[in-house]
Amino acid sequence: MAGRREPGTGLSVRDVVVRYGQRRGHAGTTAVDGVSLDVAAGEVLALLGPSGCGKSSLLRAVAGLEPVAAGTVAFDGADLAGVPVHRRGFGLLFQEGQLFPHRDVAGNVAYGLADRPRAERAERVAELLALVGLDGFGARQVAELSGGEKQRVALARALAPRPRLLLLDEPLSALDRGLRERLAVEIRAVLHATRTTAVFVTHDHDEAFTVADRVAVMSAGRLAQVAAPEELWRAPATRQVAEFLGYQTFLPHDDGLLAVGPAGLRVVDGASGAATGGEVRHGVVVATTFRRGRTEVTVDADLGAGEERLVALADGGVPAVDDKVGVVLDPRGCAVVPGQHR
Amino acid sequence: MSLRRRPRWAWLGWGVAVGVPLVFLAVFFAWPVVALVVQGFFADDGGGGRTLDLSGFAEVLSEPRTWRVVGQTLAQASAGTVLSVLLGLPGAYLLYRCRFPGRTFLRGLVTVPFVLPTVVVGVAFRNLFTPSGPLGWLGWEESFAGIVVALVFFNYSVVVRTVGGLWERLDPRAEQAARALGATPWRAFRTVTLPALGPAVASAASVVFLFCSTAFGVVLVLGGMRYGTIETEIWIRTTQFLDLRAAAVLSVLQLVVVVAALLVSARLRTRRERALQLTGERSGAHPLDLRSVRDALPAAVTAVVVGGLVVLPLAGLVLRSFRGPDGAWSLANYAALGTTGGRNALTVTVWEATANSLRIAAVATLIAVVVGGLVVLVVSRRPRSHGLRRAVGGLDAVFMLPLGVSAVTVGFGFLLTLDRPLGLDVDLRTSGLLVPIAQAVVAIPLVVRTMLPVLRAIDPRLREAAAVLGAPPGRVLASVDLALGARSLGLAVGFAFAVSLGEFGATSFLARPDAATLPVVIYRLVGQPGAENYGMALAASVVLAVLTATVMMVAERMRGDSGGGEF
Repeated sequence: MAGRREPGTGLSVRDVVVRYGQRRGHAGTTAVDGVSLDVAAGEVLALLGPSGCGKSSLLRAVAGLEPVAAGTVAFDGADLAGVPVHRRGFGLLFQEGQLFPHRDVAGNVAYGLADRPRAERAERVAELLALVGLDGFGARQVAELSGGEKQRVALARALAPRPRLLLLDEPLSALDRGLRERLAVEIRAVLHATRTTAVFVTHDHDEAFTVADRVAVMSAGRLAQVAAPEELWRAPATRQVAEFLGYQTFLPHDDGLLAVGPAGLRVVDGASGAATGGEVRHGVVVATTFRRGRTEVTVDADLGAGEERLVALADGGVPAVDDKVGVVLDPRGCAVVPGQHR
Repeated sequence: MSLRRRPRWAWLGWGVAVGVPLVFLAVFFAWPVVALVVQGFFADDGGGGRTLDLSGFAEVLSEPRTWRVVGQTLAQASAGTVLSVLLGLPGAYLLYRCRFPGRTFLRGLVTVPFVLPTVVVGVAFRNLFTPSGPLGWLGWEESFAGIVVALVFFNYSVVVRTVGGLWERLDPRAEQAARALGATPWRAFRTVTLPALGPAVASAASVVFLFCSTAFGVVLVLGGMRYGTIETEIWIRTTQFLDLRAAAVLSVLQLVVVVAALLVSARLRTRRERALQLTGERSGAHPLDLRSVRDALPAAVTAVVVGGLVVLPLAGLVLRSFRGPDGAWSLANYAALGTTGGRNALTVTVWEATANSLRIAAVATLIAVVVGGLVVLVVSRRPRSHGLRRAVGGLDAVFMLPLGVSAVTVGFGFLLTLDRPLGLDVDLRTSGLLVPIAQAVVAIPLVVRTMLPVLRAIDPRLREAAAVLGAPPGRVLASVDLALGARSLGLAVGFAFAVSLGEFGATSFLARPDAATLPVVIYRLVGQPGAENYGMALAASVVLAVLTATVMMVAERMRGDSGGGEF
């Protein structure tokens, strides 16, 4: 594999292991435990998982910032072992941007273009600032920028040298929610417009589904599932993946489990409950909240796996606490997962 | 197993960066100091060899004079430390928790004494306490009280800056919470603020104790024959009695005191750094309100301290320097700086000594910044391997040692070892390089302490971002570390230059009469009889003080408000 270039095949990660704190007599902790992964040219892959699952370590290993204890990282068929960070031709976007505080916006964006002629450099900087919606910000000081603007500049800086691969390490986590959702859409548009191959690390599944063509779910240093967003949502490979995506309970179902999603349970009143045709179960209301225009009712109910605290959506009136209500499964919000019920 | 291969020259570069400072420290610090210690433990056996002989210890330690000096050292240092802390706390509150016009100026004024050469301070206070001086009626000439006051003058700013720096960043909401829970202002201060400041106060106190217990120039000028420290005693035993063995024993004794103080200081400093992480970045300064006791009391104390302790001696020095030998206002003292003094007290004129000082300080600064800069570069790295990380921490600690070992010991050790360094046939003692090297040894810890916090504060991901963008290691170093550390480099240069200008302990051992520096000349003039020489000493002190203050002001200006440094 090493040495033979295969243009356009993209990133190939094979059995990669990353360890920390190794020294004599100490095995250290294993952050990434034998992960294999491919990212095709032009594809955006999200690496999704809870904090501490090893997704950032994998990203840093690909960038060359973390040594690989075993396995190989290759790009376009060329093994990257021994290639130092600055010769990999990758881009990296950190959580807090890590802009150079002593350079202005243009100076930051131009940093990776040091070997280009001055005129070309200025042109490319202007082009990228326009791309991220910061036309004319070139002379601004970094300290004057808002959090969202800083991340846009960081994105422009990372894209300026036309990296073969862009690595994004939770780039939106430090921003507030509204901005995060808007920027996720913008990042996707920019990545597609520039046809950039990218790996996007996040712990937020909404963000992963917004940005990525495919999502790789990581758990405890291993890959649990790699799939397109709809497929991942429709058919989680394991109970663990389903739990991470927000499926709230698991019921025995044929030879597997029925995973009940956040929208898989509805509150019904007697009449409409009969109309939906599903089996109506009874529960006691613990609390009601109003989120994003819908009423979410927290109920204690037994769906067949013992009494649990669950969340159901209410379309009609808002029930009061301690009311007895009927709840019914909504198949559109449920998925079947292989595995045994505990 | 795929390890990253580094190019061979990168390892070579780091090897040089570690090796040069280590060799420098080994040859110009460890070896002289160890040779000195050996001098105390071993005696010539008559046949050209040496045998272990501890009788020197028994002899020196059985002399009442030794214990008197040790007692005086500890008593002066303790009194100086307690007073510095007691007076420094209100100062820290006023200058870092209150806002008022002229605060920046006052902060600068308070810092001046710390960078003033010890000899100048000695002369200034001596001028104050002479029977004919402004405070002559106190009878503090050649007294314990006089020495302690001068020590407080020096170290007041250490307490104000160390404690104030933390106090400024202390989140005021903790104290506000205590007040809301019904605590009186005094109780809130005692139960919330003071414990939070504890580590900084303790750390400042141990540094002050260290400075006080190794004080040399100021004690030599003010103490006369009756009062001294271990440091001045070493100097007297060496230069007056030529008793090298006793001096060596005293040096060992001093090392014990210093190492103990350093250990306490290091422990308290790590605690302080831990405590700092708990505090918010917001500044809790409020406008000064002289109608409330809370602000008025610290303001009054600070006004008295700054007026009486800082302004009075310096003003007294300057005014007196403009009075000729006959007591009338004149520039006679300054005109005499072009001469070698009454009855040819000096070998060179004061202006020649000034030129010597500037030249030597420039060389010393160059050495200190190069060696200290390499240390900072290495110590600010966080290597991946556990072993290397420990080694880096060790290097950091080793380069703090010269801060604690007295300059007199270093200078004395130079005399013992550097006649034929490493067996080479060059006598460094006559080469003219010896003095700058000794001054550099003293200045290196300051250079490291000034630059290290700034480089350590650089987020390692900034370097990673640069590398990912295609910058090779050299460019990362230049465009991140050097660019962000540039301001602290300016301050470090200033510090090193000021320290070298005023260095007296080691220089007094090593400078030849024809290459005397300004502090050496001043001390010599003070010791000579005659109103003319005394007047010259005052004028020369003013010149040295102005030089030092100018250097520090330029350096401080370069620093801006980016902070950094521990002194």
